[in-house]
Amino acid sequence: MAEDSVLGMSVSALQMMLRKRSVSSVELTEAFIGRIAAANESLNAVVTVCAEQALEQAQEADAALGRGEYRSLTGMPILHKDIFCTRGVRTTCGSKMLEDFVPAYDATVVTKMKAEGAIMLGKCNMDEFAMGSSNETSYFGTVKNPWNLDCVPGGSSGGSAAAIAAGMAPLVTGTDTGGSIRQPASLCGLTGLKPTYGRVSRLGIIAFASSLDQAGPMAHTAEDCAIALTAMSGIDPGDSTSADIPVSDFHGALDTQIDGLRIGLPREYFNDSLDNAVRERVMAALAELEKAGAVLVDIDLPHSHYAIATYYVIAPAEASANLARYDGVRFGYRCEAPQDLEDLYRRSRSEGFGEEVQRRILVGTYALSAGFYDAYFNKAQQVRRIITEDFHHAFEQVDIIAGPSAPGVAFPFGTKQTDPVAMYMEDIYTLAVNLAGLPGLSAPAGFIDGMPIGIQLIGKPFDEQTILNTAHRLQTDTDFHMARPTLQGLAS
Amino acid sequence: MSVTSRDLEKMALLARLEITETDLPDVTERFSRVLSLVNELNTIDTDGVIPMSNPHDMEQRLREDSIAHPSDREALMASAPAQQDGYFLVPKVID
Repeated sequence: MAEDSVLGMSVSALQMMLRKRSVSSVELTEAFIGRIAAANESLNAVVTVCAEQALEQAQEADAALGRGEYRSLTGMPILHKDIFCTRGVRTTCGSKMLEDFVPAYDATVVTKMKAEGAIMLGKCNMDEFAMGSSNETSYFGTVKNPWNLDCVPGGSSGGSAAAIAAGMAPLVTGTDTGGSIRQPASLCGLTGLKPTYGRVSRLGIIAFASSLDQAGPMAHTAEDCAIALTAMSGIDPGDSTSADIPVSDFHGALDTQIDGLRIGLPREYFNDSLDNAVRERVMAALAELEKAGAVLVDIDLPHSHYAIATYYVIAPAEASANLARYDGVRFGYRCEAPQDLEDLYRRSRSEGFGEEVQRRILVGTYALSAGFYDAYFNKAQQVRRIITEDFHHAFEQVDIIAGPSAPGVAFPFGTKQTDPVAMYMEDIYTLAVNLAGLPGLSAPAGFIDGMPIGIQLIGKPFDEQTILNTAHRLQTDTDFHMARPTLQGLAS
Repeated sequence: MSVTSRDLEKMALLARLEITETDLPDVTERFSRVLSLVNELNTIDTDGVIPMSNPHDMEQRLREDSIAHPSDREALMASAPAQQDGYFLVPKVID
């Protein structure tokens, strides 16, 4: 078979081909590694490639498939965001601080996907410590958007998104603390799912904001995300916040029947500040769902406006506590010739962390410091409850909520980097979902001037199935998810 | 509430970060922009609202207290930037 023909295919198509043995895992692995070798110099989406290890695993997978033994991802090449600890494989989190860090254990997500037979091709570039919406804060350089090399891929899972869009893997993992799966999925024309908080174990995911962080899949289709979600999910004794809720077969349960599904449209998302072109694409996707029998209902999320302020207290506060572990002593970067212990701490941290990470540590330290704790941290946690209750009230009237995933399409490099607040606005439609711990998905909804834009679907807690069904129905009736960038102008 | 360069120096000390004299004005200015964004919180009444630390208000789950060896000590120590005889090395603390 022609090597390139597999590169843009979905996980579900490749799964079938592997099982029918019309393609081998070694052939797939070689094809995707070949694409990484050809395109990564231009895109910078992948920071570590594990070719030898991947080919060994692929041979084992082929032997198993030959015996008729397979699990959900047997022989499937995947990439992990470089925030997931991988035993024996460098894990940088996009930071100089962890440039040479080789974990002694695998993240639970990595273990689970390996147990399902996935082949790890390597690790994806990302914003430093997942703090960013454009992949411009990575110590390892910016990632280019495969749809337009002058534009950002979004962030923080920008390397993961660019990798899929460019055909470097059919499935990648990401993490989403405030929009880091959904916003890059929107900007790169992919389907990305942030599961309910607690659905996926956080063990071995380098911590940013522990009450908000959640891992999830990014792929071409909702069907592929359903396959991956089952593989990743489940209670983990190593993460006391992982939920004791049975994991269903999300793929097997996919249902395109959405007749009577009530979709809530928050007035606060579709107000005057929403870009007209984005509104048109989102409304056109909703019209497709309406044609399929869904009912659109206007709803209110009256405190939406406060999500950004609430998030930018809670996330930095939790980050400042989590990132206190980087002390230049136990692991990570250590400055040269420290004068004393204080000097070791201060220089290791200020030389090892980039500007955005240091800013968030400072903001978090401020919000938690004596005299400000009540005014900032406690207050933000109270508003978090009010925002969460808004969602719960809305879900009394509707089954899912829909809106934009991002305020616009991918933007050129450097345009928002100097103003942190302008960058924070990229996540204006996604942050509240993390605060409320809900599942959220971004699916392709079309193009604006040739650049992809997504629609966001938000579900009730632990009801990923309904948003997956809805996105799957949209992808049955439209073909936005089938579009692939031409990759012209790439150095090879 | 606005912040001064002195406030920033204090935060940097608490967070064990170093801000150079040259960077201080810029760092203060950008920090202030973030702070005016979050000061929005002052405009909402939260009287009597219980703070939320877990989005599902989940209780901490306890496990059996049993001995386990999930990680290999030597492999973990291998990540230390400076070590000797199984100990982490730091600059001299006590004369």
